Amino acid sequence: MECMIAKPSKGSAGKTGLWRTFKPIYDENKCNNCLLCWLYCPENAIDVVDGKISIDYDYCKGCGVCAKICAKKAIEMVREEEL
Amino acid sequence: MVVVKIKDLPKEKFLLPGNTSCQGCPHALGLKSLGMALGDDVVLVVPAGCTTIIAGSKDKSSFKFPCLHVPFASAPAVATGLGSAFRRLGKRGIPVVWMGDGGSDIGFATLSGACVRKDDMIVIVSDNEAYMNTGIQTSGTTFWKAKTTTSPTGKREEKKDLALIMLMHKADYVATASVGYLQDFIGKLRKASEIDGFRFIHLHSPCPPGWGFDSSETVEMARLAVKCGAWILWEFDGKFKISSISKPYADKSKRTPLAEYLKKQRRFRHLSDEDIAEIERRIDEQWRVVLALEEVF
Ligand SMILES: Cc1ncc(C[n+]2csc(CCOP(=O)(O)OP(=O)(O)O)c2C)c(N)n1
Ligand code: SF4
Ligand code: SF4
Ligand code: SF4
Repeated sequence: MECMIAKPSKGSAGKTGLWRTFKPIYDENKCNNCLLCWLYCPENAIDVVDGKISIDYDYCKGCGVCAKICAKKAIEMVREEEL
Repeated sequence: MVVVKIKDLPKEKFLLPGNTSCQGCPHALGLKSLGMALGDDVVLVVPAGCTTIIAGSKDKSSFKFPCLHVPFASAPAVATGLGSAFRRLGKRGIPVVWMGDGGSDIGFATLSGACVRKDDMIVIVSDNEAYMNTGIQTSGTTFWKAKTTTSPTGKREEKKDLALIMLMHKADYVATASVGYLQDFIGKLRKASEIDGFRFIHLHSPCPPGWGFDSSETVEMARLAVKCGAWILWEFDGKFKISSISKPYADKSKRTPLAEYLKKQRRFRHLSDEDIAEIERRIDEQWRVVLALEEVF
């Protein structure tokens, strides 16, 4: 029975970071720690570590919602192959 | 309503990253907020839809709360059973039905029955205005004139107002919410969790592939819908109130021009100026209804 019950797991669809075309690049110096990007990341791929945000690139799909919502322009979407 | 502050929200994740939702998925925003609002009190009941897929497969679940996958039309009936079992066994847990607008079309009979009986549950309809998981078919809540794969020249029928239907069904709590305003949604979920009986939240969920806009614009699109007056945020907890976010847009001069919202979406690119004027007329009519309800309810 136990083997038939799914357990909470990151990456139920694998390393979804591979889906990215654009990568969110975060500039800590421009950030005011408002946490809006953390709240609105649909993937839940942003963590708050010691009050600062940290993006989990293993799973971030590169949707760009975080960059759009950031009033401080502290997140920039950059094409993966340009990195 | 108690104001929800970002800094006070729990950091624990109940929707886990790396799931199958598309980039910029509105259901993902809604589900993550549900976890922030109610945490492990949630026992999720999900009929077929995008969320079935988002929930994970085989031995991996994308949720940290339990989730039951149920046949289409049965979701509220299953929640009725869960609620009464929890009560009899003295177990903690809130049955939360999470379904799409298609699910609320197909499951309307059981939705209506659970509401009439005031069964103990929270029902959230995450409305992306079409049956997305099967390839963008028209639903009862698809906007008039919107193109879908079953309305290739634009939907001919009027959009139904599900939240007002549930209000007239005498639900114990009814609210509209939006993935553009997650703190408002979380506040409404918490309010709903403190009320007994049948509680209903209609969540507006713009879908990038289904509506034809960039994945980065989900939140912006949801906010535009509110700012142009097309989606009105309100709450009934015994008293009907237009939510503070929507309040300014009762005044038409404060609204963002409707075309700004519609023209950003591929499903509306074909609209003529007359079509937009007609949609605006219908939105004005909706506001008259909602403002009147605030007077009488
Ligand atoms: C009884 C039954 N009929 C049809 C289907 C096929 N089906 C799967 S998902 C879906 C559409 C769901 O649309 P909606 O409820 O709006 O959710 P969304 O996919 O948009 O999240 C349909 C028709 C099914 N799974 N079961
Ligand atoms: S939205 Fe911008 S300013 Fe706010 S926490 Fe995120 S990066 Fe920092
Ligand atoms: S790009 Fe999208 S998935 Fe990646 S961190 Fe930003 S909001 Fe999250
Ligand atoms: S089609 Fe829309 S609602 Fe469905 S998973 Fe994709 S973004 Fe989410």
